[in-house]
Amino acid sequence: MINMINELIERMLKGDKRATARLITLVENDEEKAREIVKKIYSNTGRAYIIGITGPPGSGKSTLVDKLIKKARDEGNIVGVIAIDPTSPFTGGALLGDRIRMQRHSTDPGVFIRSMATRGSLGGLAKATNDAIKILDAYGCDIIFVETVGVGQIEVDIVKTADTVVLVTVPGLGDDIQAIKAGLMEIADIFVVNKADKEGAEATMFELELMLDLEKDKWQKSGWRPPVVSTIAFTNKGVDELWGAINEHMEFLLNSGKIKEKRKFRVREEIKAIVSSKIARKIGEKMGEDDIAVLIEMIAKREIDPYSAADLVLEKALGVKV
Amino acid sequence: MVKRSKVRVLIAKPGLDGHDRGAKVIARALRDAGFEVIYTGIRQTPEQIAESVVQEDIDVLGLSILSGAHMVLIPKILKLLGEKGIKANEDVLVLAGGIIPPDDAQELEKMGVGRVFGPGSPIEEIIGFIDETVPKLKKFRGES
Repeated sequence: MINMINELIERMLKGDKRATARLITLVENDEEKAREIVKKIYSNTGRAYIIGITGPPGSGKSTLVDKLIKKARDEGNIVGVIAIDPTSPFTGGALLGDRIRMQRHSTDPGVFIRSMATRGSLGGLAKATNDAIKILDAYGCDIIFVETVGVGQIEVDIVKTADTVVLVTVPGLGDDIQAIKAGLMEIADIFVVNKADKEGAEATMFELELMLDLEKDKWQKSGWRPPVVSTIAFTNKGVDELWGAINEHMEFLLNSGKIKEKRKFRVREEIKAIVSSKIARKIGEKMGEDDIAVLIEMIAKREIDPYSAADLVLEKALGVKV
Repeated sequence: MVKRSKVRVLIAKPGLDGHDRGAKVIARALRDAGFEVIYTGIRQTPEQIAESVVQEDIDVLGLSILSGAHMVLIPKILKLLGEKGIKANEDVLVLAGGIIPPDDAQELEKMGVGRVFGPGSPIEEIIGFIDETVPKLKKFRGES
């Protein structure tokens, strides 16, 4: 098994797409192998610039990514794309349909597109997204686009993953109250109003600008006021401006040194996620269904409360009092 | 049985016909059966399909053709896959659907297509065939 992984990594580092794709499958399917793979490739990562594209379903994220791939390729970059769509909570199945908008790039040797299903994750990404990014990074991608699932108000994991977050919205989704709500609206480095030929586009632009003006303190401190870009992805209108804005944000992060802060934050979040996932697995290993059933029975009889039961579970799994 | 949610299926329509209702119905039914389905839609070139199989690390490739060009397009796709080191029935299960006469179907199955499913094939039969065949692929036997 280890030999197989070593061989795949060796081939990936030489630019073999099939080996790269196999490695992504392994990190998706098997936590143990993910660990082995990431350990071995980690020193080859950290070179790619990661651009997150998020926004509601049908706002045009995939079509925009398609146009942005073109811009990135025109400048000679090797481009990776990870496009995420939801897994059914009922059947475990998924229909991944982002690639359909980007298929013209499929045969470009400088582009690698991978569709991923959320497989139970709720933050807009898949659990293995960060590891898949590392693989594409080690493979040699200069730029990696990460397209989240269609999001609503609180799926903000992309901010822990991307260097630049682009929030794509469309006219007609709500009034100015929506624009000042917490959550999704806070994570954008760049706002895009796509489908700008639709009625209400100007009002949406105006509401976003107004919201940003109210946040003057925040961006005066950070040094970056998110621009609002209007696009019609289908006809390529505004795509040059959007690419310009992404480049400006990249330069801002690099010149101000903020990229380091951002990446440290990312590593911190990643460690937290790995620790939680490991503890959950440990509990699964140490506690059988029967043990849990006994505790549930005790709670039902009011002999013990849920907090104390949780302490008992952790004590048993970790072998220490918590 | 291999867990369906770990089986990656690509549904694509090679060539020039635009009748994608059948392909969409299959994609949706396989999703409901618990598979991970990637749908790339109509007017795909053999090159695009073969590259997608590589990048998406596909286990089952479903090709829907109603144009009559199946004896040109499917062999071309199999050849391109072979050039990328992907063997039908070993690395990927190739299924075909659409309007394919029995003689051609036999010929295609000799070339490496796992099974041809014509109009009216019950979806349960397709799912059953995938469940039965996928564990024989190298990937799921842990050899590759």
